[in-house]
Amino acid sequence: MSSSPSDWEVVIGLEVHVQLHTRAKVFASSPWGFGKEPNEQVDSVVLGLPGTLPVVNREAVEKSILFGLVVGSSVPEQCAWDRKNYFYPDNPKNYQLTQKDFPIVVGGQVEIELPGISRNVMGEHKFVRIHHAHLEEDVGKLSHAGSGSLVDYNRAGVPLLEIVTEPDLRSAAEAEAFLRSLVALLTQAGVADCDMEKGQLRCDCNVSIRRRGAEKLGTRTETKNLNSISSVRDTVIYETARQIRELEAGRTITQETRGWNAELSRGYVLRDKEDAHDYRYFPDPDIPTLRISRETVARLQKLVPESLYDRQRRYVEKLGLPFTAASVLVNDRELAEWFELAVAAHPANPQGIANWVTNDLLRDLAASGAAGALLTDAVPPAVSLASCPIKPAQLAGLVKLTDEGVISKQQAKEVFTEMFKTGQEAVAIVDAKGLRQNSDTGELEKIVQAVIADPAVAKSIAEYRAGNEKAINALKGPIMKRTQGKANPVLIDQLLRKFLG
Amino acid sequence: MADLLHTLSAAELGRRLSAGLLTSRTLCEALIARYHLLNKKVGAFTHLDERDVLTQADASDARRKAGQGRGPLEGIPVAIKDNIAVKGQPLTCSSQMLASLVSPYDAHVTERLRAAGAILYGRLNMDEFAMGSSTENSAIQKTFNPWDLACIPGGSSGGSAAALAAGLVPLALGSDTGGSIRQPASHCGIVGLKPTYGLISRFGLVAFASSLDQIGPMARCIEDCELLLSALASADARDMTCFAVADRALTPAGDAKKLRIGIPKGFLGKGVGAEVATAVTAAIDFYRSQGCAISEVELPSADLAVPTYYVVATAEASSNLGRYDGVRYGHRSASAGTPVEMMTNSRSEGFGAEVKRRILLGTFVLSAGYADAYYMRALRARSKIRAEYLAALATVDVLLTPTVPTPAFKVGEKASDPLQLYLEDIFTIPANLAGLPAISVPCGKSGHLPVGFHLVGAPLSEAKLLAAGRLFESAHGFAHQQAAL
Repeated sequence: MSSSPSDWEVVIGLEVHVQLHTRAKVFASSPWGFGKEPNEQVDSVVLGLPGTLPVVNREAVEKSILFGLVVGSSVPEQCAWDRKNYFYPDNPKNYQLTQKDFPIVVGGQVEIELPGISRNVMGEHKFVRIHHAHLEEDVGKLSHAGSGSLVDYNRAGVPLLEIVTEPDLRSAAEAEAFLRSLVALLTQAGVADCDMEKGQLRCDCNVSIRRRGAEKLGTRTETKNLNSISSVRDTVIYETARQIRELEAGRTITQETRGWNAELSRGYVLRDKEDAHDYRYFPDPDIPTLRISRETVARLQKLVPESLYDRQRRYVEKLGLPFTAASVLVNDRELAEWFELAVAAHPANPQGIANWVTNDLLRDLAASGAAGALLTDAVPPAVSLASCPIKPAQLAGLVKLTDEGVISKQQAKEVFTEMFKTGQEAVAIVDAKGLRQNSDTGELEKIVQAVIADPAVAKSIAEYRAGNEKAINALKGPIMKRTQGKANPVLIDQLLRKFLG
Repeated sequence: MADLLHTLSAAELGRRLSAGLLTSRTLCEALIARYHLLNKKVGAFTHLDERDVLTQADASDARRKAGQGRGPLEGIPVAIKDNIAVKGQPLTCSSQMLASLVSPYDAHVTERLRAAGAILYGRLNMDEFAMGSSTENSAIQKTFNPWDLACIPGGSSGGSAAALAAGLVPLALGSDTGGSIRQPASHCGIVGLKPTYGLISRFGLVAFASSLDQIGPMARCIEDCELLLSALASADARDMTCFAVADRALTPAGDAKKLRIGIPKGFLGKGVGAEVATAVTAAIDFYRSQGCAISEVELPSADLAVPTYYVVATAEASSNLGRYDGVRYGHRSASAGTPVEMMTNSRSEGFGAEVKRRILLGTFVLSAGYADAYYMRALRARSKIRAEYLAALATVDVLLTPTVPTPAFKVGEKASDPLQLYLEDIFTIPANLAGLPAISVPCGKSGHLPVGFHLVGAPLSEAKLLAAGRLFESAHGFAHQQAAL
């Protein structure tokens, strides 16, 4: 008796470790950052020298609370830290300060959007519940070199928020959508940078399967330390297939901790349940229970940005944007805010502004960024609007000129290119280049009548009158020639139809 | 005059320094001479950098001459227990594990002493990582009781107490987790005070049991004890358990003759030696004669204190001492292997027997399946003990008991019986569990060995404890006492 994969339902829960965007480490005043020489960013507290004590970094606490507010959690009245004891050379005190019983974030949810049937169509939305998030310290890095081992404590003590979901995810696509949404929420609120290349977001992935319709959860495995969204997706696919294969072969799933080899796209067993550590948790006596005042919560509440999908809904429903443009804009808070400033300067045509932003502006910004990267050999920077030569109100000005028929769409492209190069106002470029369209009806009437009278176009006129609509276009060329291309094409079309009756 | 300097109190030395009758250099030279004469006999100091001491003394004298003296401790030597960090000096905790460690930073109390102009004078022997009551657990050397060199000085701050009793230094810092200041103070006939938890920053104190540890002053008289306490107590942002409460603790108490003194019911019966009982009873009678109200108080959970302490303290210690693994500093095993094997070997070689015993005990009481029965239960007992003490201290000002049930015992006498040794702290442990201030005041002799009584007060009642001690001290001859060596 065989069954198809669709008879099985996969259940996924994620534990996402995010390095918070803070100046100092979580329990020490030492700064931290990426790409430093080994053990450059340590101090006596980070190294756990005898007699040193942890002091909770307020910035890390506030970023954690802000995350809680972003996902709509009820911020607890207090939180506390516990010691997780285990021996390993990358762990300077041989215990890690974490939060076991009183985490800083309890509950909350993250809205996710699944891919639609095409890029133009919005996919299904769903909410993934957050069980809790706790603030802990990262550990150092141990590496083996020749006959010895080297340890770098730069990462030790970096503030790490571990975000734990309920087992609400049901597919690799949902896991991927969740992580994308989570990254957007974290970065847009300034909680974390989530640069996966720098290890700022790492994920443990719990997977189990059960017969579709069954209530009881299957035995789960935990794949640890996934450092990219694609690794999470691939792990879910791999682990689902493996578990189905095991169960259908009549075997059972062992509760185990697994690793993932991204190069081979294969999972492997790290340790089974019997090898599980006894971490001997107990409340850290060096850090008193932290009370979280409602004043702090109220102050941080003001920093919560509009959520990704609330913004997207507003763009589609209130501003009339197509889904494609809205979804591109909301992914980047800076871009969305830039767009909204432009709309504020010219509220009549949000869609026109959105087209310019999502097509021309992003394209040119990416091109200029890539050029910079070629010169410096640096990692290509994300699209940065800080250095964008065009300001929002300037783009609004360009759209307004087009909407008012002062320049044609074709001319607007030329003006945009110039604006991006020089940062000048659209109207200044139009005037300097003499691009202003001729919309003087009296003058154009004379030119139109002169062209109609030209025997060279008599054949086209006859065809038009015989019902060939397109034949009228043959008359537009000569008119444009006589006006050096400045004639308002809309007006010309109207006049031709009027005179040709 | 120089041959008498070691008998003077810090306060008196301060007055002579201020009056220009004495220089810090003269004082330090006299003490260094005495160190050479006696330290081998007593074993109090494990390290003394004479040149550094004299450099500090000269700097102090220069400051004073320039009118920039920093207060009553200017130029006065303070010896420091070897678990409190002084930049550039050893920080061994009397352990092989840290035998090679030189501290790269100052403890908060060290900064305070420097700011007060004190001379940071040498490192004092202790039980390894402050675990012990006789200083016999030092991996470096033995310390002997100056009143009887065949006896232990108490511990773990045995070096501090012995140095004072031998006249090697006028002031010393100790640390107290279960009695480690007060018990050796009692055995050596000096004054030792454990402050309210949180009054003095623990930054720079090598942790034994973080929720119980406090640094405290040790001296030969109440006045000196108060002088040193005032210098140490201040807020410190580097210790989240340290509070800005120094002013409250040090506000002068009212008339000591009006103190209400509680005597815990049955305390004098618990294995208390006859001569100790006599001396402490005489102290109670003295206070009664001065007009103090003496009453009996009930502390029904007091019997839980010792077992509770040995669960809580060892649990925290097992975690606190985890960091000594040979990876970053301290003893590293020469035997090769994987990094984890190297850590295991370093710990096996670096720690002494008592430290290992407590790490094992602490690891056990925290382990899965046992934590509820031991650690969590101990936390509940601790809350109960604290509640009972606070309730009692709402009806009386201080609780009076012996500091230790019996006088100092012979070196080696209890070395093979840790359980009997743990009972040395039966009267002192509750103050640590409850975070309360407590003091040991010399009150007599058992044979030729000193005996002290013990006062516990409500949080931040240090001034009351000192006032009570002063009232007794001024009527008796036990202040400034030194053993004849």
